[in-house]
Amino acid sequence: MENEIQETQPSVRRTLEIEIQELRDDLLYLGSMVEKQILGAVDSLKQRDLVSSQKIIDTDFEINRNRYAIEEKVMIAIATQQPMAHDLRLLASILEISGELERMGDYAKGIATISLRMKDEPLLKPLIDIPVMAQKGADMLHRALTAFINEDIEVARAIPEEDDVVDSLYAQVYRELTAFIMQDPTTIKRANWLLWVAHNLERVSDRVTNICERTIFSATGEMRETVSKNLG
Amino acid sequence: MTTTSYSELLKKGVERRRVSRKGTNGFMLTLTGALTVLALIPLFWIIGYVFYKGGSTLNLAFFTQLPKPVGMTGGGVLHAIEGSLIVTFLATIMAFIPGVLAAFYAARNPNTVLGIGLRFSTDVLSGVPSIVVGLFAYALIVKPQGHYSALAGGVALAILMVPTIIRTTEEMLKLVPTNLREASLALGAPEWKTSISVLLPAAMDGVITGVLLAIARAAGETAPLLFTTLGNERFDLGSIISSGVTNHQSIFQILGRIFGSPIDSLPLTLWKYAGMPYPERVQQAWGVALILLILVLATNILARVWIEIRKRKLRG
Amino acid sequence: MEMNMNIEVKQNKDFTVNEMAEIKVRTSQLSVYYGKFRALTDINMEIHDRKITAIIGPSGCGKSTLLRSFNRMNDLTPSAHVEGKIELDGEDIYGKNVDVVDIRRRIGMVFQRPNPFPKSIYDNVAYGPRLYGIRQRNHLDGIVESSLKQSALWDEVKDKLHQSGMSLSGGQQQRLCIARALAVQPEVILMDEPASALDPISTLRIEELMHDLAKSYTIIIVTHNMQQAARVSDFTAMMMIDETRSGRMIEYNTTNIIFTRPQDKRTEDYVTGRFG
Repeated sequence: MENEIQETQPSVRRTLEIEIQELRDDLLYLGSMVEKQILGAVDSLKQRDLVSSQKIIDTDFEINRNRYAIEEKVMIAIATQQPMAHDLRLLASILEISGELERMGDYAKGIATISLRMKDEPLLKPLIDIPVMAQKGADMLHRALTAFINEDIEVARAIPEEDDVVDSLYAQVYRELTAFIMQDPTTIKRANWLLWVAHNLERVSDRVTNICERTIFSATGEMRETVSKNLG
Repeated sequence: MTTTSYSELLKKGVERRRVSRKGTNGFMLTLTGALTVLALIPLFWIIGYVFYKGGSTLNLAFFTQLPKPVGMTGGGVLHAIEGSLIVTFLATIMAFIPGVLAAFYAARNPNTVLGIGLRFSTDVLSGVPSIVVGLFAYALIVKPQGHYSALAGGVALAILMVPTIIRTTEEMLKLVPTNLREASLALGAPEWKTSISVLLPAAMDGVITGVLLAIARAAGETAPLLFTTLGNERFDLGSIISSGVTNHQSIFQILGRIFGSPIDSLPLTLWKYAGMPYPERVQQAWGVALILLILVLATNILARVWIEIRKRKLRG
Repeated sequence: MEMNMNIEVKQNKDFTVNEMAEIKVRTSQLSVYYGKFRALTDINMEIHDRKITAIIGPSGCGKSTLLRSFNRMNDLTPSAHVEGKIELDGEDIYGKNVDVVDIRRRIGMVFQRPNPFPKSIYDNVAYGPRLYGIRQRNHLDGIVESSLKQSALWDEVKDKLHQSGMSLSGGQQQRLCIARALAVQPEVILMDEPASALDPISTLRIEELMHDLAKSYTIIIVTHNMQQAARVSDFTAMMMIDETRSGRMIEYNTTNIIFTRPQDKRTEDYVTGRFG
């Protein structure tokens, strides 16, 4: 009979729930910023648009600020609301994911920095696989965050499988670039730049995997590493 | 009028209530104060009047001498003071232990037949006119023994004291937190041990107060003593003891003479003297009244001081 | 549930309930009745030796009834009777030949409100030993001192052992009551919301004390304060009443699991503060 009462009455943890809802919104917002940064960084690299590359770097400060704001809100919620069980797992996951997002933002910033370093030097080769990697990573991030918000375990379990696609793209880029270097060692600097860009993008999707692990933990309490097949 | 909002109405109401509240408050305060004074007047009147009438009678001889023959001035009421102390002492001894034990039973078993019966009979007993109790003691002791005695008076007063002791002790025991009892039992203590060494000390202040109040009440009783101790102007504790010692009597023989003979008491003396056609005796009656009053007051004050001291001690 | 399979991964600190070696108290199919009313139904739990086990649950779920059945305090309620078994070191404490006094010596109890006897600090602690016939002064002195030291009160009271126990502060009184319980060398200590009447600092002191005591004693604590249960206990039992208003244990696990990922929805709702 207690359950009936519970259904008809507003939750007694309304304050905590409002705080958690705000944090979810903040996290989604931060996620969409990071998504835009990744795509924008690769795009400005591709277009050789140094102004927008600089903008990407500037925006990263904002990402960091937002991440600290989320961290503080989580701390306050833990200190003042003493969450337990699912609430606690959720807040811990938000904390962790906000950190992952900040790192992903750093990768975007890293790509933009490379773009600035290149100055007027042309790209070694036209970018084909790298924008696909960026697209794929941003897409995975978007779906992973949506799954986290919805606590959709099925999706969270499925996304890390897609990491293989990014990994094989990375391997592809790696092969191509090493071929360039072997043909003409003077391209080594420009090839290396692109290799770093690809590496950063590969890391992005690895971190998406971490978000998915957090989603499963938050929803079920299960803490386990989702292992990609090709790395294992 | 229609534009007046609810909040303005509330504000006005608060203002109106404030004015009327101040008035009502002042009026009620004056009224209750006046009535309190009115209620206190008789008390202070009695105390003052008794002091005024009896004060002049009090001197050392009044406390240390036996009465002079009727018609002569001087002499004292030593016999009555001694008698009151002896009879009340006997009564307290007889009432204390059974009263406290019965209170333990009633407090622990409030819903058993015996417990309910005990509470009911306690209530009845405390309502029985004291003269009836005196008559009972007369039938129980004086009649079979064939003579009046301090013992019979003590029994009569004990019967009057028991209900007070039971009720106050029971109330005090009920106030002892149940988990104090449980703490003792949880250590493996048996129930009787818990009662004696935990509950009784915890309730002791109240019990002592109850006993003192019962004593104060019994010490002022006249009616039950009429049939039991009768009165004895010749009673002289000092000579009983000294003659007993010189005749090599045992302590039991001496006690037997003290408790077994008719004896006087303050209320009884007051009652007798006040009705006598001799002005000196009537004057002495005022003196006796004053002693009684002081005794009762002193007992009450003692009870309160006791509680206060115990409280301080417990607080450390 | 499918996720149960990989729960133990990364659980290095937790030990699962089953793999624990020493069971101090075990209840099997324990039911307690008050007259015809069944206050507890089929409680099965294993209390681990020298661990702190917390019993939590909403008001009226039978926590205290369960606690009081461990040292047969329910015997004091005339209408109460017990079905099933409670074993202390394998011996049924409700068995025919069992001496209640001995059970209560071996299973001590600390109550919700500090309840020192109206006696001196010394006599409070010596009360239990004296019950069991220990009268020698130097022997008693030693027991009083070691009990007060164990309850972390000695330094505060060693110079005023003959002052009334009631003169101490609330937190000190509670530690005195713990010393009083320790003085008869119990094996298990039952605590019925031992800090609910205390200020936060005194509460934390009692909790720290419990941690120390758990090195030598098995502690079972009933508490309304979930944070407290989370802070002090190794194991937590969640109780709730069923449709007949009878108390049942709905989940029993390590405290870490109960407060981070309870398996029962009702436990989850209770520990997250959504009901109870």
